[in-house]
Amino acid sequence: MTRNLLVGLLALAFLIAVPPFLKSYGIYLFSYWLVFVIATMGLNLTVGYAGQKSLGHAAFFGIGAYTVAIVMKAGLSFWLGLPLAMLGCFAIGLALGFPALRVQTIYLAFATLGFNTAVWLVMRNEEWLTGGTFGINNIARPSLFGFSLDGNLAYYYFVLGTTLLLAALLWGLLRSPWGKAFTALRDNPIRAESLGVHIQAYTLLSFAIGAVYAGIAGALFASLVQFIEPAPFTVAASIMMYLMVVVGGPGYFFGPLLGSAVGVLLPEWLRFAQAWYLFVFGAAVIVLMLWLPDGLLSIPDRLRARRHAREAAAARAAAAAKVGAQA
Amino acid sequence: MADFLQLLVSGLATGSIYALAGLGFTLLWQASGTINFAQGEFVMLPAFMMLAFAALKLPLLLSFALTCVVAVLVLGWAFKRGIADPLLRFGMMPIVVATIGLAIALRNGVRAGYSAEAHPFPSLFADKLFDIAGVTVTLADIGTLAFALVLVLGTQAFLAKTVTGRAMQAVAQNTDSATVLGIDVPRMVFYTFAINALLACAAALLVTPTYLAKFDMGESLGTKAFFAAIIGGFNNSRGALLGGLIVGVCENLAAAYISPTYKDAVALVIFMAVILFKPQGLLGKRVERKV
Amino acid sequence: MSATTHPVLKVTDLKKSYGAIKAVDGVSFEVMPGEIFGVIGPNGSGKTTMFNSVLGQIAPSAGRIELNGRDITGVSPMQLNRLGVGRTFQTLQVFGKMSVRDNLLVAAQEHHGSMLSRMFAPGDSGLGAKADALIDQFRIRQVADKKAGELSYGQQKLVDIAMAFMSDPSLVLLDEPCAGVNPSLVGGISTLLKDLNRTRGRGEHGCSFIVIEHNMDFVMELCHRILVMVEGTVMAVGTPAEIRANKQVLDAYLGN
Repeated sequence: MTRNLLVGLLALAFLIAVPPFLKSYGIYLFSYWLVFVIATMGLNLTVGYAGQKSLGHAAFFGIGAYTVAIVMKAGLSFWLGLPLAMLGCFAIGLALGFPALRVQTIYLAFATLGFNTAVWLVMRNEEWLTGGTFGINNIARPSLFGFSLDGNLAYYYFVLGTTLLLAALLWGLLRSPWGKAFTALRDNPIRAESLGVHIQAYTLLSFAIGAVYAGIAGALFASLVQFIEPAPFTVAASIMMYLMVVVGGPGYFFGPLLGSAVGVLLPEWLRFAQAWYLFVFGAAVIVLMLWLPDGLLSIPDRLRARRHAREAAAARAAAAAKVGAQA
Repeated sequence: MADFLQLLVSGLATGSIYALAGLGFTLLWQASGTINFAQGEFVMLPAFMMLAFAALKLPLLLSFALTCVVAVLVLGWAFKRGIADPLLRFGMMPIVVATIGLAIALRNGVRAGYSAEAHPFPSLFADKLFDIAGVTVTLADIGTLAFALVLVLGTQAFLAKTVTGRAMQAVAQNTDSATVLGIDVPRMVFYTFAINALLACAAALLVTPTYLAKFDMGESLGTKAFFAAIIGGFNNSRGALLGGLIVGVCENLAAAYISPTYKDAVALVIFMAVILFKPQGLLGKRVERKV
Repeated sequence: MSATTHPVLKVTDLKKSYGAIKAVDGVSFEVMPGEIFGVIGPNGSGKTTMFNSVLGQIAPSAGRIELNGRDITGVSPMQLNRLGVGRTFQTLQVFGKMSVRDNLLVAAQEHHGSMLSRMFAPGDSGLGAKADALIDQFRIRQVADKKAGELSYGQQKLVDIAMAFMSDPSLVLLDEPCAGVNPSLVGGISTLLKDLNRTRGRGEHGCSFIVIEHNMDFVMELCHRILVMVEGTVMAVGTPAEIRANKQVLDAYLGN
């Protein structure tokens, strides 16, 4: 518990103090990273804590982005687009949860994949709404209480503040009885059901809440990059988000922070060697699965488990020696 | 009417390629519980291997034969020993994630290490047209359909009629019982991986002339293979054939009669409908959930 | 027991068929408040199928099940739990990645408040004291904060049983509580169950149990009455002494 707090404070200090020393592109990259942290926090809830399968998360990311883009193009405020994006994603996320009640594991994964493809096709083909492959450009940055967020640094701190707020809300939710209910749903849904856990409700809500997080991330993304087109919202993007959660560690609170860094920051920095980077990333995922199937943040737990096993073995050996000596 | 038949025939040809890829996918799942998200790349890699052999001035069929050997070793044996075997006991998701990583690695490895361009690929069939009852069909379409059908039906005959094939089916249905009956389970599973590799090579030979060899050719092909396998029925090997043909034909018809931009949506719509109303697939058997 | 006491559970002519196979073929019995009711029979006699039908895990083909006079035929396991029925599973079903204490907390938290109120409730929903009391009663204080998956099989069995009692059920169905447990611990489980029978439960009579077991000594020593199932039907019902003396049962199942 206190270790988590320490890690959190260190990360926070880093995130507050470093950006003013970065060049414009560096600040932009940090904002980009945090946007994905928000999106993967939502996915971590759905997949990591509640044990569902979702390979369509980028669709909600896109719905959030396009909602804000369309609203702002119509001359309305970002602050109208954001709640609309949240509501829309909540409703659609809830709807996506219904197949989850009827189909299991791999079929559910494919269903969410299908959902993502459908949404992407609409984004690509319905030019009257989304601008098709030409997208929507000149999306402005909002202003907060009259204070303009146009500058990269100002917008970064806005994104950081939002990330912190959302992280705190998620932390509170997971510490409440809901957290245990989600874990029960993940680890043993049949037992959970026989203990009075309303697994249907929790399943639907895990999708809905995860979707809202992705929607907010999408809204922030729209004003960050200021040009929205279908490419970032494909199945491939969903798969990358899924990999980010897996690499960081599903069900670990800081997993998204680490996973997004690996999935978003590193490839941007190594952009000159992007194809090779992705090759190494793909190979690293394989190696990670063979060696650390629970993600990078499971390393402390594994070390602890190995230490316990060694201590138990030593204790058994000592007891056996004692018995042997008495015989 | 002639147009319709033409679309039907070329749709069947495309669909039979989906069936090849989907069949291997289904067999892997049945025999070992492996979900191979890199199935599309398993077709892409042999395509480039054949190109590499062709660059050494080897004739097409010899390149194909050599590629088959390499594929069985790499996509069959090495894949099984290196990735499938260690991960299967942890459930389904680690294997899914690992094969996703494999797909990304293979795709980008080819892109960075070989070429990011699209390359032409020699066709097995000469460029001939036939006129059958007023319908114009290409030799390639008929040849592809015939070749793929022979392979799919041949694989199914092998599974149903030979001793080895039946042993493989036993392993797929109940691994524990199969072990007790003295069947060499690891070897039967390896044969399944090998068959998947060979089917993928055949798919590469048939599909690449039309779509050209490119590092990302596996993406959409892999997705269509999953859809075909699931639409047909994931626990029935005949399902992949039916699923593939349905997807191929419907795609072609939809592109012509509805709209080309939503061509990719067709497989998707059928797939979603099947998943929601008959998740075991058109030919599959219902699986009871055990308490 | 008074003459006007109603049965906690009344099963009437329960049937479950799988195609041509009649797993349960007309089983009727009653369990009185505070009673420990044993169910024995050879493998394949339909005991677990009967259990799962009562618990809403599978839908019966025919018959009627009443809990405290209320028809619960086909009610879902979740609702059944809210009505006061608990169960343990034949294959161990604890939440391996949660601590023992959290396992107990989640076993009862859904009975308090609504989904919305639980979002704002403290982590243990006020059930901490009750969980601790059960932990002490089951003598697993020393492992209470360890992940349930790290415990020995016998300890996990105890957690499994404890979880069924967190919601103060009026009826608990125990599916082979001694399976796979070290023989030296079996006596402890028997004592524990007798204690729980007396002290837990909603009414004045204590908690009723239905116990499926193969360990004959355990069953005979623990249960007030025993039902013998053979091939999907009831062969005999009675006190342990009556069952031990029943010639039919001896021939079919117990041997001499």
